[in-house]
Amino acid sequence: MIKLFSLKQQKKDGEASPKANNQKKASAAQLRITKDINELNLPKTCNTEFPDPDDLLSFKLIICPDEGFYRTGRFVFSFKVGPNYPHEPPKVKCETQVYHPNIDQQGNVCLNILREDWKPVLTINSIVYGLQYLFLEPNPEDPLNKEAAEVLTTNRRLFEQNVQKAMRGGYVGGTYFDRCLK
Amino acid sequence: MTENPDSSQKRWGHLRKVLERPGPFSHPDFEPSSEILDFVMTTCKVLVIGAGGLGCELLKDLALMGFKQLHVIDMDTIELSNLNRQFLFRHKDIGSSKAEVAAAFINKRVKGCQVVPHFCKIQDYDETFYRQFHIIVCGLDSIVARRWINGMLISMLNYEDGTLDQTSIIPMIDGGTEGFKGHARVIVPGISACIDCTLDLYPPQVTYPLCTIANTPRLPEHCIEYVKIIQWPKENPWGTVIDGDDSQHISWIYEKSMERALQFNITGVTYRLVQGVVKNIIPAVASTNATIAAICATEVFKLATSCCVSLNNYLVFNDVDGIYSYTFEYEKKDDCLACSQIPQTLPIKDPNKMKLKNLIELFCESTTYQMKNPGLTTNIDGKNKTLYISTIKSIEERTRENLNKTLVELGLKDGSEIMVVDLTSPNTLIVKLKFLNEDVEMSS
Repeated sequence: MIKLFSLKQQKKDGEASPKANNQKKASAAQLRITKDINELNLPKTCNTEFPDPDDLLSFKLIICPDEGFYRTGRFVFSFKVGPNYPHEPPKVKCETQVYHPNIDQQGNVCLNILREDWKPVLTINSIVYGLQYLFLEPNPEDPLNKEAAEVLTTNRRLFEQNVQKAMRGGYVGGTYFDRCLK
Repeated sequence: MTENPDSSQKRWGHLRKVLERPGPFSHPDFEPSSEILDFVMTTCKVLVIGAGGLGCELLKDLALMGFKQLHVIDMDTIELSNLNRQFLFRHKDIGSSKAEVAAAFINKRVKGCQVVPHFCKIQDYDETFYRQFHIIVCGLDSIVARRWINGMLISMLNYEDGTLDQTSIIPMIDGGTEGFKGHARVIVPGISACIDCTLDLYPPQVTYPLCTIANTPRLPEHCIEYVKIIQWPKENPWGTVIDGDDSQHISWIYEKSMERALQFNITGVTYRLVQGVVKNIIPAVASTNATIAAICATEVFKLATSCCVSLNNYLVFNDVDGIYSYTFEYEKKDDCLACSQIPQTLPIKDPNKMKLKNLIELFCESTTYQMKNPGLTTNIDGKNKTLYISTIKSIEERTRENLNKTLVELGLKDGSEIMVVDLTSPNTLIVKLKFLNEDVEMSS
């Protein structure tokens, strides 16, 4: 137990500490994300882009699936890591318009570990694998895009055609999709 | 120390009994003296963070206890719903700064007390501001803010060759309440468990699966969350982010949530619930605040005077059903991201000649580090800077040129800290550079 009174008695008004260490230290979020980034182990279908190499808190993930409905497509996700990371998950949005049961037109992604099942032990790598999995196995059970989910459950062929159509750029239903082929 | 007529007043008689003679519960090193009360009244500078439910109680308690050098910081303004328990505020104060009104009230009511208000975010101030205080006491309602001030106090610790310089410690007392439950804890940064050591304690915020909100809502909360997360960004009625204090915003969300609830046959959406969900309101109970604040104020007094052993170090309080309270020692986490990071000093012989690649070689080859593929970042003039990370292609390409720069060219100084991450260690390592070449400052 420290005894403050004797220590602190000398410290009076205006008397700043003798050696004010001006270097601001990194936040816990910063320390953790640096670790996460350095240890990113990306599958060959994924790539990251850091617009500013000094800012590890915001970056993009590009997924180019090599199998499944979405092979030949190229999908960009933006990651924003907040000051409360890893207590809270990063905010992830899909920047590419995609015809997908679990991704809506605003880029919201329905992936459990991005919301209700996030735990601080998870890393950026876990999210990358989660997102990659969404393209291999779109999940019609928990849809964000209900129409796409319905097509997937009732007519897989049509779903595949719709995905192709959307990735080439064009209308599916009443929605226009930008071209996103690799 | 000069004779202070104030401290000899009769009203402080009870404090003098505690401070001028030893007692069975005194701290082992306690030396009773009349100077202690003078210290409390003239010198000891305490910062109260938050002027809300706990903050009002804390300011009142500390002021009536003899503390005069008080500062209070709060970014919020007073709302009608505060008035039942935040007793330093009146109806006419609605819309004014909590910190300013609270300070003015205390200064008027408690003679000689000088509360200095700060109407801003804690993040608006830097180390030079926080360094002036002897003790910091928090009545906060957010984990982010707690972690921020915790991180600030930890970053202010000075280590001399791995040993903590005790004069750089500013203890923090953290109070918190939620309905009928509360806690009080004493944090001695660098010595006892900090906020980040105990981060697992805080339950994650309630979140609902996005697909449930979008397609199968069952609860009124689902409808409100839907409007908040999906409909607002889509329609963005005012072209801004949601302001939970703007009644227009809340009304809009309320209306849309009602529509959605109707569509799914869900009942229970009310204006209050919308407010609660959007602003994450937690019910506040005045008596819980009073109890927790009193415990915190007592701890401030104990730390300032050493008259009694401090709370060690975590107290929980619960009066949902009868009264329950329990104290236990929360242990410091060995691998805490915030406080276990004791910088290791690394002597650098010639920073004008040593290049970044030499430094990386040193981390890989030296027997103490034996790293494989270290990534290095630092902070220069308050800005993060990535020195070199080889594992990410886009970063590698743009930091490669740093490899051939000398440490001085990179802007590193004597005392600069480098964060080193590597597969070989579960944590980020902080390395403090110590330039042995004393002429560096002049030659650079």
